[in-house]
Amino acid sequence: MNTAATPLQALVDFIAHEARLLDEGRHAEWDALFTDDAVYWLPAHPANTDPLRQASHLCDDRLLRSVRLQRLQSPRAFSQQPPGRCHHLLQASTLLSTDAAAGLFELRTPFIYTELRGGHTTVLPGTAWHRLVLTGAGLRMAGKRVDLLHADTALPAIEFYL
Amino acid sequence: MTRFDPATVVQPAQVHRDIYTDPQLFELEMQRLWPRAWLFVGHDSQVPEVGDYTTTVLGGQPVLMVRRAPGSAGDGIAVLHNRCAHKGAPLCTAPSGQAGPTLRCPYHGWSYRLDGSLLGVPLRSGYEHAGFDSCPARQGLTPYGTVAVHRGFVFARASADGPDFDTSMGPVCEALSLMADRSPAGRLRVAGGRLQSLVHANWKIYLENINDAFHPVTTHASVSLSAQDVWDRQPEGTARPPAMQQLLPFGSGHDFFERMGARVLPHGHSVLGTQQSLHSAYAALPGYADALAAAHGSDRAREVLDFAPQNVVAYPSIAIKGVPQVMRVLRPLAVDRTVVESWAFEAVDAPPELLTGALLYNRQVFSPMSMVAHDDLHLFEGIQRALPSRGNPWVSLHRGAVEGTDEPLPREVSGIDEALLRNQYRAWAALMADPVMADPADPADAGARP
Repeated sequence: MNTAATPLQALVDFIAHEARLLDEGRHAEWDALFTDDAVYWLPAHPANTDPLRQASHLCDDRLLRSVRLQRLQSPRAFSQQPPGRCHHLLQASTLLSTDAAAGLFELRTPFIYTELRGGHTTVLPGTAWHRLVLTGAGLRMAGKRVDLLHADTALPAIEFYL
Repeated sequence: MTRFDPATVVQPAQVHRDIYTDPQLFELEMQRLWPRAWLFVGHDSQVPEVGDYTTTVLGGQPVLMVRRAPGSAGDGIAVLHNRCAHKGAPLCTAPSGQAGPTLRCPYHGWSYRLDGSLLGVPLRSGYEHAGFDSCPARQGLTPYGTVAVHRGFVFARASADGPDFDTSMGPVCEALSLMADRSPAGRLRVAGGRLQSLVHANWKIYLENINDAFHPVTTHASVSLSAQDVWDRQPEGTARPPAMQQLLPFGSGHDFFERMGARVLPHGHSVLGTQQSLHSAYAALPGYADALAAAHGSDRAREVLDFAPQNVVAYPSIAIKGVPQVMRVLRPLAVDRTVVESWAFEAVDAPPELLTGALLYNRQVFSPMSMVAHDDLHLFEGIQRALPSRGNPWVSLHRGAVEGTDEPLPREVSGIDEALLRNQYRAWAALMADPVMADPADPADAGARP
C-alpha cells in the first residue's frame, strides 16, 4: 500500500460518497464503510480529547450504530413521522497526514449540516475528522470525529449522523 | 396580571392548558414560583478556591456563585445577582473562572468583595455630596437570597418568605447524601462537562415526564425494541457492555414500572423508583462494595448501594439519579422554551467506571443526539403545539386520583400513579398564590392593592 495507489482524489471522493449515503438515507451502506472497531465520536466540546471521560453527544461503536440506525427504521420512531432528511454541504477535504506503510490517511473536512424534521430546520456548521484506512476491500473509516461549532451550547434534537 | 387564583387552572386531578401556553402565567412563575422555591445553583466542587466562580440563571435571573474566604457565611458560598451596582454590566460572563480576591466590573472598574459588598469606585472624589452613600448602588451587588449547602449542593431561595431549607428540602437532602456516600470519601465532584438540550416546550411538560413511569412502554418502544433486537443477534455468551445495561431495561413492561414504587413528598418533591428502577440491575463493580463498607460501615454501604431510584425530583429545578450519578437541571427560557442541562458526578475515591457510566448515560439518554430522548422531545414539542387547539382545554392527571387519598404526605404510591404529577401542581398552586401580605419585592403585587 502506498499513497500512489490512493491519490488524494480517491480520498476526497470517499468522503463525498460517505456524505451522500447519509443524505440519501442509505444507512446500511454507510455503516459498512466503517472498520469493525471504528468509533463515531461527537464530543460536547471541540477541545475534548477523551470520548469516555469527558461529555460527548455521541460515541457510537458498531453495536450502538446498529441500534441507532435500526431505530430510525422503526415504525414506532415517532420523531421520524414524517421521516426527516439531512443535507451535507462539504468544503474540499484536506489531507492532514499519511502513513503509507499502514495505509492510513487523516483528513479534515469543514461542512454545514442541515437537518429537516417535522417541518423544522436545524443548521449546524462543523468540521469532520476522518481516519481512513486502505483495506483489501477498499477504503474504510477507522474512525470519524465530528466537531460542531455549537457543541457546548444548548442544541435541539439532532437525529442523524453528521 | 394583578390578582391570580391558581384554582382557576389547577384542579385536584386536572390542570388547564394555559399553565403551559400563557406567556403571562410564565412571567408570573418567574415572579413568584421560582423565587419562592429552593433552586439548585451549583456544586461547591465547581468553585474549590477562593475567588472561583460560576455563572448561571435562576428562574430568569443571571447570578454568580462565588467561593468566599473559609469560614464565611453560607458555607463560604455567595450567590449574587450578576449585575454591577453601577450600570448593570455583568461582572463575569464566562461559565466559570477565577475572579481573584475581588470582583471587578469590566465597564468602569467598580470593585466588590467576594460577598458582593462595594470595595472601591475609581476616582471616588467625584461622588462627594452626590447622595451616593444613601443610594442602592452603595450597597454593592445584590445577594440573590438565602443560600443553603448540603453535601456540596448549593441551593438558594430569593424570596424571604417560605419554608426553611431543612423543612422543605429534608427528604431531598437524604437522597443527595446517599449519592454523596457513593464516594468512600463522602465527596462528589462535578466532572466531565455537561450537555445541554434546547427543548421547544414548557418546562413543566419536561418535569412531569421525569415523574412519569407510564410513558416508556409506548414512547420508547422504538429504541428498546431496536436495542433488544440488535442484542439478540450478538453471539451467545457475549457480556452485556454498560451501554446495553443502560438501554435494554427501557423495554420493561407496565408491571415493572408499576412495581417501581414512588414516594410523594411535600413541596412538590418526589422519589420515583423506591422499590426498583431501570438502574437497579447495573453490574456490581469489583471491590466497590467492600470499599464503601470500610468507609461508611456495612449498613450504610448497603443502604447506599440499594438506593437506585429512577429520579429524585427537587421541585422545580432538578432531577437526580443517584445511580448512575447524573442530574438534570431545568432552565426555563420562555413559556415554550426550556434548556435542560445534564450533569455528571464523580464519586471521589470510587472506581472510575462510575464516572464513565454517568457520562455514558447522559449521552445515551439525555443528549440532543440521544436515541432515547428523540421520541420524548418529539412528544413534548408536539404537546406544546397541540395544546392551544380549540378542543378540550384540560390535561388529565386522574390515574390513581381516588378522592381524598392524595394527602397526607409523605405517601407511598405505585410507580405509575399520577399522584406525583398532582403533587407537582399542588406545589405549583401554593407557590403561585397571591402574597398573604403586600410584598413590595413582588412586582405582581406592587401598586395593585385595592
